[in-house]
Amino acid sequence: MKSLDHLRETMRRDRVFDFMMPRIAFDPDLDTRHGPILYLEDVTVSFDGFKALNGLTLYIDDGELRCIIGANGAGKTTMMDVITGKTRPDSGSVYFGQRIDLLRRSETDIAQGGIGRKFQKPTVFESHSVYENLELAMASNKDVWPTLFARLSGAERDRIDEVLQTIGLGAESRRPAGLLSHGQKQWLEIGMLLMQNPRVLLVDEPVAGMTGQEAERTAELLTSLAGEHSVVVVEHDMEFVRSIARKVTVLHEGSVLAEGSMTEVQSDTRVIEVYLGE
Amino acid sequence: MLLTRFMHSDRGGSILLGLLLLAAILVPLLNLAVPESSPLHLPTYTVTLMGKYLCYALLALALDLVWGYCGILSLGHGAFFALGGYAMGMHLMRQVGDRGVYGNPELPDFMVFLNWQELPWYWYGFDMFWFAVLMVLLIPGLLAFVFGWFAFRSRVTGVYLSIMTQALTFALMLAFFRNEMGFGGNNGLTDFKDILGFSLQADSTRIGLFLASVIALAGGYLACRFIVNSKFGRVIVAIRDAETRTRFVGYQVERYKLWLFVFSAVLAGIAGALYVPQVGIINPGEFAPLNSIELAIWVAVGGRGTLYGAAAGALLVNYAKTYLTAAMPEVWLFALGALFVLVTILLPKGIIGLLQRRREGSA
Repeated sequence: MKSLDHLRETMRRDRVFDFMMPRIAFDPDLDTRHGPILYLEDVTVSFDGFKALNGLTLYIDDGELRCIIGANGAGKTTMMDVITGKTRPDSGSVYFGQRIDLLRRSETDIAQGGIGRKFQKPTVFESHSVYENLELAMASNKDVWPTLFARLSGAERDRIDEVLQTIGLGAESRRPAGLLSHGQKQWLEIGMLLMQNPRVLLVDEPVAGMTGQEAERTAELLTSLAGEHSVVVVEHDMEFVRSIARKVTVLHEGSVLAEGSMTEVQSDTRVIEVYLGE
Repeated sequence: MLLTRFMHSDRGGSILLGLLLLAAILVPLLNLAVPESSPLHLPTYTVTLMGKYLCYALLALALDLVWGYCGILSLGHGAFFALGGYAMGMHLMRQVGDRGVYGNPELPDFMVFLNWQELPWYWYGFDMFWFAVLMVLLIPGLLAFVFGWFAFRSRVTGVYLSIMTQALTFALMLAFFRNEMGFGGNNGLTDFKDILGFSLQADSTRIGLFLASVIALAGGYLACRFIVNSKFGRVIVAIRDAETRTRFVGYQVERYKLWLFVFSAVLAGIAGALYVPQVGIINPGEFAPLNSIELAIWVAVGGRGTLYGAAAGALLVNYAKTYLTAAMPEVWLFALGALFVLVTILLPKGIIGLLQRRREGSA
């Protein structure tokens, strides 16, 4: 059946062949006039029969701060994998703005095009200094030759200094990133995302393993970023979610269970059922 | 004075380049100007031996660039070295002309021996020096490009990549052992007469080749240092430490690895091309997997991820090899094995790492 579908798709005469279509550039063509910046529609991913995502439909508005919660295995990380191009879904569509089909783009394309991702486990370049980490992440021509001859311009230095201030690591800029504390690494990683000038920040468990004080600062940082960027936070820590969330989406078994403000979600009977057990 | 600014804060590299400069002045002087009766005279045999070590050092440098900085442990770098060597060997064979044993002006001796009537097409052009030099760069580079393109695109990493590179060099060795390949089979290419019109047996030619090796090593070092100090260099270290992260930051990891690998292979090819006229023979033994593993040991002993450490390691281990295989031939392989085990356990950063630690300890 699958090849028949392919044939039908190829023979459709109401549109030109895919390879004939002009390649849409990320930046100038990003169209968010209708509100959402990310469209996930009916996305299904299965691993050996297990459906990690099951008909997930989710819209993220331009500039919003969205929290996504859900039990282990609810599909939160898989969702991020799909958006960033790491995992290809079995069916469904994922659009960035209204015109850019993310399912046709490579991981590096997506990363350069304006979707930054922070992993669950903080991963920074340990043998590079904090400053170099930010330099490497900076939005620039990342092809081989330009990189070989790249020199930092004044404006770029200013940009790095600015981000160093934002993430509060100004004093640590010359230290190797491997020597930073766990919380500092998390901030550095957020800083690296900022250097990419992304439109969307996907942040996976930013406060895991942080002290209360560090988590508080992270909350401040993330809320200050919303507006200019869209921020999607996946988090287990309900306390933290309550402190930053305006809108919360609850995932359960690969699809959306409930969506709304924190108080609405918490009073939803299905959510209570899932979280507190039958 | 660009050089002094460039080498600023690279102490090990400055020492290496200084020593090379010293050798480039002293060795010709002691060999050519000092009479043979004087105890200070440097025999030509030693000059050639040192030139050989320098080629090994350049090869080690090439491996250190991919292994130490990008985490690609290639156990097949000997293949690129040997290919560069074969390209040079083919030129030297064509230069023999009708002075071979069989006196055939067109065909090398081994082809006459095999009853071949004409030169295979892939030997065309090797009578011209510039063409041979081009091939020295192109053939290892092309092989590395094709191999790397498939391997890196399929995201083969770590030990799997190492095994594949071993297989690559092993397969090439078997192929080159065959007489039908047209590269002299088991015996390889040898009995060279001259290079660019200079007799290979003359002392002055030996000195010239030695100086060429010094220049190649120094140039190779500077090129590697430039790469490592650039933003490109920081990207490849980032790939070594966190490959996925680098990809999500927006770098095309495969391309970076590929071009680094190709550059490294070309360096190895140059080393091989300089090696062959000095030792006077190239045969399929150079493709042996063991050679490539030994190469990794030189780099590990010297200290990977420093460049000058790799060069130092190659010089030291090879000196030890020359000394031990002459003094106690049966001990050498045990010594090599022990050296590798000891370095892995006790000196993960090699001799250079040990020196650095001592300096930091006393400071």
